[in-house]
Amino acid sequence: MNDLYIILTATLVSASCALLGCFLILRRMAMVGDAISHAVLPGIVIAFLLSGSRDSVTMLLGAGIIGMFTTFLIEFFHKKARLQTDASIGVTFTWLFAIGVVMISLFAGKVDLDQDCVLYGEIAYVPLDVIITQGGVNIGPKALYVSGIILLVTLLFIFLAYRKLFLTTFDPAFASAIGISTTLWHYALMGAVSMTTVASFESVGAILVVALLIAPAATAYLLTDNFKTMLGLACLAGTISSITGYYLAVWLDGSIAGAIATMSGMLFGIAMIFSPAHGLFFRKIKAEAH
Amino acid sequence: MNTALEIHDLTVAFDRKPVLWNIDLTIPQGKLVGIVGPNGAGKSTLIKAAMGILPLSSGYVKLYDQPLEHVRERVSYVPQRESVDWDFPASVMDVVLMGRYAKLGLFKRPRKADKDVAMDCLKKVGMEGFINRQISQLSGGQQQRTFLARALAQQADLYFMDEPFAGVDAATEKAIVTLLREMTNQNKTVIVVHHDLQSVSQYFDWIVMLNTRLVASGPTETTFTSENLEATYGGKLTLLTDVADLMRREDYPSREENVFKP
Ligand SMILES: Nc1ncnc2c1ncn2[C@@H]1O[C@H](COP(=O)(O)OP(=O)(O)OP(=O)(O)O)[C@@H](O)[C@H]1O
Ligand SMILES: [Mg+2]
Repeated sequence: MNDLYIILTATLVSASCALLGCFLILRRMAMVGDAISHAVLPGIVIAFLLSGSRDSVTMLLGAGIIGMFTTFLIEFFHKKARLQTDASIGVTFTWLFAIGVVMISLFAGKVDLDQDCVLYGEIAYVPLDVIITQGGVNIGPKALYVSGIILLVTLLFIFLAYRKLFLTTFDPAFASAIGISTTLWHYALMGAVSMTTVASFESVGAILVVALLIAPAATAYLLTDNFKTMLGLACLAGTISSITGYYLAVWLDGSIAGAIATMSGMLFGIAMIFSPAHGLFFRKIKAEAH
Repeated sequence: MNTALEIHDLTVAFDRKPVLWNIDLTIPQGKLVGIVGPNGAGKSTLIKAAMGILPLSSGYVKLYDQPLEHVRERVSYVPQRESVDWDFPASVMDVVLMGRYAKLGLFKRPRKADKDVAMDCLKKVGMEGFINRQISQLSGGQQQRTFLARALAQQADLYFMDEPFAGVDAATEKAIVTLLREMTNQNKTVIVVHHDLQSVSQYFDWIVMLNTRLVASGPTETTFTSENLEATYGGKLTLLTDVADLMRREDYPSREENVFKP
């Protein structure tokens, strides 16, 4: 049963990440996802200190606010200080992340958070933190519910705003010309990325969540020319990485989160070689056929 | 005559450095209008400011005597082709359907009627054979025609087109001009950024000459003169000799009366 809980949680997390990752890479904002996933750390610590618990709603809110703030700072340095985007991303997230690290070490006694868990996640402990109903019934791990709700919210967001997100991603100038606010949808998307990142935090940690945001989406990008198919394939790649990653970790007796990220990288490599349209393998065959 | 576009005292600046200064102009309804000027003159900026994509430093823009927000569905825009990533996972149909988004409610999906409009517009630009083609697999001219079809699908009254003829072959360019001419005959207004000075007198009823400041705006016959060209393009000598040629050949048959008689 514990295996199943871990695999399910990982799958739900990676599916949300994969969906949002598709938008991120097409907006050339993969590194913004990276930045947010790190920058939300102080938000989590502050939420922790204020609420005194690992209450998910407070954490999600705290992180959501910091995520928006990060997005705003990146835009601000880029637009107002004329800093290149990559430089403004670099400045913003390292600074916020550092603040988070300092806060954790300062409040180490008061906060039930340690650096390893924040950085690398602790998905192996997911089955331990269960929800017990008033009647005393164990209804399963909390992380499973949190990641399930986040996936539902992400799906709902993409389903409702699909065309707005699609258009502002492909052609922002045309979108604003027909009266769709590019800023609004930019921040909405970044808000969703922040929430998802935090929800994934407890299971896979700050560093590996980036792998889940980018690798499955990048894999799907190589495999299809249709955006909706890309969303589906990205989820599939995330799911396969989660399942195979778990068993790889069991087999190696290593870190589960690390193994999942490794598998998502492997899938990308396979897509890179065997993709029908862009793959190295088929290109070679085509070249030889000529 | 009704005005389609009125721009008053418009200034647009990037980093406090103005790239358009004190532009004042009005454009009557039902005209095919050309905007010319050297690279960096602010042609794209003028269009973006008129469409509300860029913030104005001063002045105002009125479309059909109203602010943009009231008439947005009547206005359409064709961005410069290089402004988007053509490797995007989308088909030609996906892109043309974007032209219908403004007409759809917040959460409505495109219906069959929208697809029919899109299909019709693709036929008009000769792209009906490419509906399901991935946009990265189009030639430059085909991408341009896809953008044009998307604008047509908006069924607007006023069209801003940023260099719609860039990378388009001569035959297609002629066909598109004919199409634009048909639209202006239905009292729609089409405003086109154009670089080929040779064809200006042939294509446009009205010309806007721009170089950071407005040099001239008016009917092509009276406005597209060598003095104005010199003021627009500066003393680029080789260009000006070409222009002298241009002026001499100006007694070309004038547009619609002769060329587009049904
Ligand atoms: N985002 C921007 N930030 C800063 N300056 C800009 C920006 N966009 C345009 N400019 C400047 O504004 C001026 C006008 O640019 P614009 O794109 O309107 O020229 P254009 O007339 O369309 O030129 P082209 O014929 O090359 O398309 C140029 O000097 C350009 O350097
Ligand atoms: Mg331009």
